[in-house]
Amino acid sequence: MSDTHTTSGGKTSVWTKHQVFEKNSIFLLIGILVMISIGGLVEIVPLFYLKSTIEKVEGVRPLTPLELAGRNIYVREGCYNCHSQMIRPLRDEVERYGHYSLAAESMYDHPFQWGSKRTGPDIARVGGKYSDDWHRDHLRNPRSVVPASIMPGYPWLETTTLDTSHIDMDMRVLAIEGVPYTKEMIEAAASDVKTQGSAEDSMTAPFLKRYPKAISRELGGVQGRLTEADALIAYLQQLGTQVDFKLYDDKANIR
Amino acid sequence: MEQKTSAPADTSAPVQTGVGTTGHIWDGIEELNNPLPRWWLWTFYACIIWAVGYWFFYPAIPLVSSYTKGLLGWQSRTQIELDMAELKAMRSGMTTKIEATELADIEKSPELLSFARAQGSAAFAVNCAPCHGAGAQGFKGYPNLNDDDWIWGGKAEDILTTIKHGVRWEQDSDSRSGVMPSFGRDGILNRKEIGTVADYVLSLSGLPVDKGSDLAAGKALYAANCAACHGDTGKGNQELGAPNLSDKVWLYGSDKAAVMERITIGGGGVMPAWSNRLDAATMKSLAVYVHTLGGGK
Repeated sequence: MSDTHTTSGGKTSVWTKHQVFEKNSIFLLIGILVMISIGGLVEIVPLFYLKSTIEKVEGVRPLTPLELAGRNIYVREGCYNCHSQMIRPLRDEVERYGHYSLAAESMYDHPFQWGSKRTGPDIARVGGKYSDDWHRDHLRNPRSVVPASIMPGYPWLETTTLDTSHIDMDMRVLAIEGVPYTKEMIEAAASDVKTQGSAEDSMTAPFLKRYPKAISRELGGVQGRLTEADALIAYLQQLGTQVDFKLYDDKANIR
Repeated sequence: MEQKTSAPADTSAPVQTGVGTTGHIWDGIEELNNPLPRWWLWTFYACIIWAVGYWFFYPAIPLVSSYTKGLLGWQSRTQIELDMAELKAMRSGMTTKIEATELADIEKSPELLSFARAQGSAAFAVNCAPCHGAGAQGFKGYPNLNDDDWIWGGKAEDILTTIKHGVRWEQDSDSRSGVMPSFGRDGILNRKEIGTVADYVLSLSGLPVDKGSDLAAGKALYAANCAACHGDTGKGNQELGAPNLSDKVWLYGSDKAAVMERITIGGGGVMPAWSNRLDAATMKSLAVYVHTLGGGK
């Protein structure tokens, strides 16, 4: 190495000290690690104090086993690639989709389904916006109800029997991650799937006690068995409906 | 070009350009240490200054149980409150009038009618078009709103009630209800009887029926099973949401297979209640919009 042509005639002013990092890869590496650690500590660590980042909101409950099975299908089919579940606090979004999303509304989602791109519309509040039949038609062939739609059809969902053999295990894992599924909920998972997908019977009351305000109805299915479409529809129909915004106080939660 | 034979000139770049080098030399190749373009450097410094200003004025740095709020006190949640309040105020001149005026009077006032139709049309596109179609033309199972064939009534008030409470929407206790029995699934009629009564239903509106179909038997079955809701002559009953079977408007298709399917399954379409999602003025505007599409009674 020659030093004859160094900047400013070899004077090492304070403005040229950065050369130490640029010329020694180990120093550069250590420097990068230090900077990222500082950024990470400042930005991420405060989020571990969840009490301060997720406000307490009435009404948010964990998904029922059937809805959870539907959510698994939602993730499996990659719905989040085209649909967001995150209404931002912007005027046009609130006008079109309804109240902006609250952190609490996705606090039991692991992983969350906020999405990052809207090829289709946001569906954070799609629950109760359309009928079950519409969702069935729309999943089978979106063009049958929305001629301009570019969404692919998912016709096999309504012919595929729903596999719920692992749903209690899913719930157990989510419980480890902090979703308040109780032992009772996990044990009743298989029967709760059937209860929510069928007309009211003696099992409905205990089911509603476990999952307040969940919608239980005859979902049809194929020959008495629930299909994947039924589960997905049950999931979609609860999206954004858990918080009652007639009772929710926007101002109280401005912090 | 002529070559001088005197001492060879130093043709190395540092000497030629007067720019220093970084000090690296590989196989005699040196790296010039050109300064960064000045415009880039100043933009970089300006960004740093901007970031520091941002820290002071806007919420920026998370702390243990709170965060730095910034001098302006800006919050996305207060901002959206302000934005929505501004929007509400902008519209309130007309929306308060819409809220206070009877539907029939809205349609009589050109000013209110044009506002209601504009607001109704926008709300229709967002909320109603997915089922009823962008032109309210409907799809199989989702009624056309342009014609004068109404299942639950075509007066503006009827339409408003349907919008507010929906149809067979279980979460709304005031929802329109009236469910056709599943004649086939529940074994009330057998397949042959369903075919016979379907032929009779088709004949009510003058549609051709299969040769050799027993219309007399169909009429008897109709009188026993269908007339209570759809009326003796198939005119329907809007109180019960029983469609008119004697006109040529068919929600699920006019071929025999479609009619038989409906008799077998029964039930009926479901429309959500909108009173939790839309405000009063928007629902009134929607009712006016749908009522004035062409088929309103």
